[in-house]
Amino acid sequence: MSERVLQIVRDAFPQLIEKFFTMTIPLTVLSFALALTIAVGVAMIQYAHVRGLQRLCRIYIWIVRCTPLLVQLYLVYYGLPSVGIYLNAFPTVVLVFGINEGAYLAETMRAALEAVPAGQMEAGYCVGMSYFQIMRQVVLPQAFRTAFPSLFNSIISMVKETSLASTITVTEMFRQAIVINGRVYETLALYTEVALIYLAFCSLLTVAQHWGEKKLSSYGGVR
Amino acid sequence: MSMLKAENVRKTFGDNQVLKGIDLEVNRGDVIAILGPSGSGKTTFLRCLNFLERADQGILTLDGQPHDMAAATKSEIVAIRRKTAFVFQNYNLFLNKTVLQNVTLGLTCARGMKKNEAEEIAREALNRVGMLGKADAYPIQLSGGQQQRVAIARGLATSPEIIYFDEPTSALDPELIGEVLSVMRQLAEEGMTMLVVTHEMDFARNVSSRVLFMEGGNVIESGPSGEFFAHPRQPRTREFIRSILEARQ
Repeated sequence: MSERVLQIVRDAFPQLIEKFFTMTIPLTVLSFALALTIAVGVAMIQYAHVRGLQRLCRIYIWIVRCTPLLVQLYLVYYGLPSVGIYLNAFPTVVLVFGINEGAYLAETMRAALEAVPAGQMEAGYCVGMSYFQIMRQVVLPQAFRTAFPSLFNSIISMVKETSLASTITVTEMFRQAIVINGRVYETLALYTEVALIYLAFCSLLTVAQHWGEKKLSSYGGVR
Repeated sequence: MSMLKAENVRKTFGDNQVLKGIDLEVNRGDVIAILGPSGSGKTTFLRCLNFLERADQGILTLDGQPHDMAAATKSEIVAIRRKTAFVFQNYNLFLNKTVLQNVTLGLTCARGMKKNEAEEIAREALNRVGMLGKADAYPIQLSGGQQQRVAIARGLATSPEIIYFDEPTSALDPELIGEVLSVMRQLAEEGMTMLVVTHEMDFARNVSSRVLFMEGGNVIESGPSGEFFAHPRQPRTREFIRSILEARQ
């Protein structure tokens, strides 16, 4: 690699990292928080077989899972203004990513809830607890334990999906790389650099997952 | 007056009539064993008494308070459950809680008791079943017999008027059955009212005061346990006792 390319890579690094921490991570955290909130709600509605709402949840999951994320993003950012709904780029990404991932996570959480043995609920009733007390104290914690690896799947893919935000003018890390590349035209080097930053951070998340699973194994590991 | 009375309890699953009108009367301090072949409806009957299954018909009178078993409201059910405890065949300890938390949860969460107060009661209950030493263990780290003893402590801690046992030793390895039975025997001696669905003939004969024999959703025979085993009146009962005793030899 020539001295010039090395210099470009070195100069780009702080700019990329800055966007990573000020955009990529906040986008991921906010979107994931929204997704998880939706998912737990939707999963609980289905778990409890709430009539009417349950149907609505199935329709939500059906539509969201069966249309592409990029199309959803364009629809909200470029499409909705024609009916008078204007959203800034950043909240658009959080909203669309949250709603999109929420549909997938809802299925994960539903499966995890259904994996909790029915006897746990019955035992809770028999010591006098209410439905919501049992959910909060017993069923949901166990469901989260079961869903834990899948939740990390979601976070990890979300970190990378935030690069799609570049297509609707959000200058997160990948778009920053595109901008720099426009000036210096070192495509291979710059995009490799971006890929390595994603790789490094997602590797950290992978380590965190293993650590977390070990922490939780005291009660769930041998099921 | 009896403490608990169930009258004409009926339950149907699809086309299958599982309970065809069961009657039962329990006095304070009674230890009643419910015997019968599998599929006779004994577990379903027990579950109906605590509303884990909803009976189609029946009156449950607890402490002189009658409840329509088919139409009991949520608050009625909660009130009934707070006076009773249930020990399951598969223990059903809360898997994400320690032994101590398993016992305190019904006190702190369900009854609003202060944590340290609940822990004191829980430790005492665990001590009664010989499980105080494992207070900080998780259920998965215990043997089946130990888990079942914790489950009994969980029931005891809420000071129930009656404890229902649903085949409490059926899931246990043979060498672990003894420790659970001896805890139950000790409770019986202390005057705890117990209703026990079981296949343990020695327990039914030596510990229980009365026996109820069920088959095909009906009570075939009931009476004091000494009499039941020494002079069974019904041919079906005689056959059942004989087959069980033969199977053991």
